[in-house]
Amino acid sequence: MTLGTTTPLAVEATGLDVTLGGRRILAGVDLAVEPGQVLALLGANGSGKSTLVRALLGVVPTSAGSVRLFGAPLGPSAPWHRVGYVPQRMPAASGMPATALEVVTSGLLHRRRVRPAHGGRRRALAALESVGLADRAHRRVQEMSGGQQQRVLIARALVRDPDLLVLDEPTSGIDIPTQATFVDTVARLHAAGTTVVVILHELGPFAGLIQRAVVLRHGRVAHDGPPPAARPEHAHADHDHTHAHPDPEPPPTGPTITVEVTP
Amino acid sequence: MTWDLVVEMLTSPLMQRALLAAVLVGAAAPVVGTFLVQRRMALMGDGIGHVALTGVALGWLVGSWAGLVPQDALAVPGAVVAAVVGSVVIELVRERGRTSGDLALALMFYGGIAGGVLLIKVAGGTNANLISYLFGSISTVSTSDLWWTVALAALVLGVGLGLRTALFAVSHDEEFARASGMPVRLLSMLVATIAALTVTIAMRVVGLLLVSALMIVPVAIAQLYARSFGRTMTLASVIGVVVSVVGLGLTYWQDIPPGATIVVLAIVVYTVAATLRPALQRRRPDDDPHPDMVDDVLIVDDVCDDPVPTAPAPAGAAHAIAATPSRAGRTGGAPRPTPGTDDPAGGAPAT
Repeated sequence: MTLGTTTPLAVEATGLDVTLGGRRILAGVDLAVEPGQVLALLGANGSGKSTLVRALLGVVPTSAGSVRLFGAPLGPSAPWHRVGYVPQRMPAASGMPATALEVVTSGLLHRRRVRPAHGGRRRALAALESVGLADRAHRRVQEMSGGQQQRVLIARALVRDPDLLVLDEPTSGIDIPTQATFVDTVARLHAAGTTVVVILHELGPFAGLIQRAVVLRHGRVAHDGPPPAARPEHAHADHDHTHAHPDPEPPPTGPTITVEVTP
Repeated sequence: MTWDLVVEMLTSPLMQRALLAAVLVGAAAPVVGTFLVQRRMALMGDGIGHVALTGVALGWLVGSWAGLVPQDALAVPGAVVAAVVGSVVIELVRERGRTSGDLALALMFYGGIAGGVLLIKVAGGTNANLISYLFGSISTVSTSDLWWTVALAALVLGVGLGLRTALFAVSHDEEFARASGMPVRLLSMLVATIAALTVTIAMRVVGLLLVSALMIVPVAIAQLYARSFGRTMTLASVIGVVVSVVGLGLTYWQDIPPGATIVVLAIVVYTVAATLRPALQRRRPDDDPHPDMVDDVLIVDDVCDDPVPTAPAPAGAAHAIAATPSRAGRTGGAPRPTPGTDDPAGGAPAT
């Protein structure tokens, strides 16, 4: 690629093989992500999406192939300070208290920085502010809801102002209003030129932002190109929706309760 | 009367050395313990302590072969070497396969004790010689021992506090630390090494069998009340100093073993703190955990006043749940049309 000589690709993986516990999870995956692109990684559970992302960031070892981030191979010389990673969920609590501010501050560290720089606290507070958690900075993350924990993890990735943001199912188990704030955040970063790689189960609220979709199946790339359009016929009022199974039983007789969800 | 006794205690050179060692160990051990608890390796200190016993005996053996005047001159260096090697092995086992880590730790426990007992006999000593290492002998702290303690405690505190954020990051979320390119293995080894050094300096104060208690129990007390990682560490360190000094002070008046007294005192404090916790915790009655949430769920326990009439439900089912995008929208509560029938009047477009 001629472009590579001037602006290196944000992510460049060639012939990536990952074997975990004797099972081949990824087989010969090639992936090149242009700077500024918003890419969705799609695929069923177990298709290797999370493993691919972890291999790209050096979390799991690769048995073959190479990964370059912004032109530099994985390792000490990689530009780690330009990469922000949002895992699927916070690790299980060990009982040791940790505040949101402490968790976000740990995002300031990378290969060449083992102590937070001056102004780290201010930057961590600003990152928490950007995800709407400024008032919870000094709360234990263990006492937060799943959605708030997810926002803390996003703040931890944003605190170092990444040029490449990698999100692993950021909207799983998150309510609609919070999903919308994530989409706004990603849209803002995209407008500022950040490259975004996001694992999704369905495009959902991200649909308008995704420029390219890579679909994995059994550890191989099954589709690489424009995101699959939602099938419009499903939305038609006269769409005949059939289920393979019979209709569920009507709910049992009980008190008259109506729950309405307003926008 | 009591004051005179305190002055007398503080002017005794032996007690001065012992108190200084207790303060240093009491401050340093919980700092390391905080990282161990966070890594779910609270028992690691015990494993290292058992291995260090073999190191003590090995140092004794080498000392007797070399014909050193006090036979145990090399006991402490032997303990340092064995503890560091043991901690690195434990860390490697943890990193490689999580399933056998538990078993490997058990093997080290038994191997360490058995090796120590066996080697001390070979070296011409008796099990009685090991007792002072197993249960501590703070009254025998010499000036050179004290300098070792000062240097190692300074090293442990320097690493533990100086690299606090990095060690926290690695212990809190190892995957994220790897994805940030942090030297995860090096930092994990560093935690293991400072744990090993702490074991060897605390050996003289509380003994190898009780070392882990001084690392872990103050942390267990602190995390009952502290809200942040940093405060847990500070509070644990303060508790460690207080129980060490008070426990040691008690042994000045009563003929009781210092190591055991310190540990029992710490556990008593933990019991009291845990019992009083529900009463002492601040209540925040008006604290809504989700103040930013819009009240988007309306519960109407009366007949639905929706403009679109709900289709008559079979069997008198009146339990309808409508989740519509707009309040005046369609009712989703109507029973779904049977599959195969084209029923646009059924309302809810099922997709």
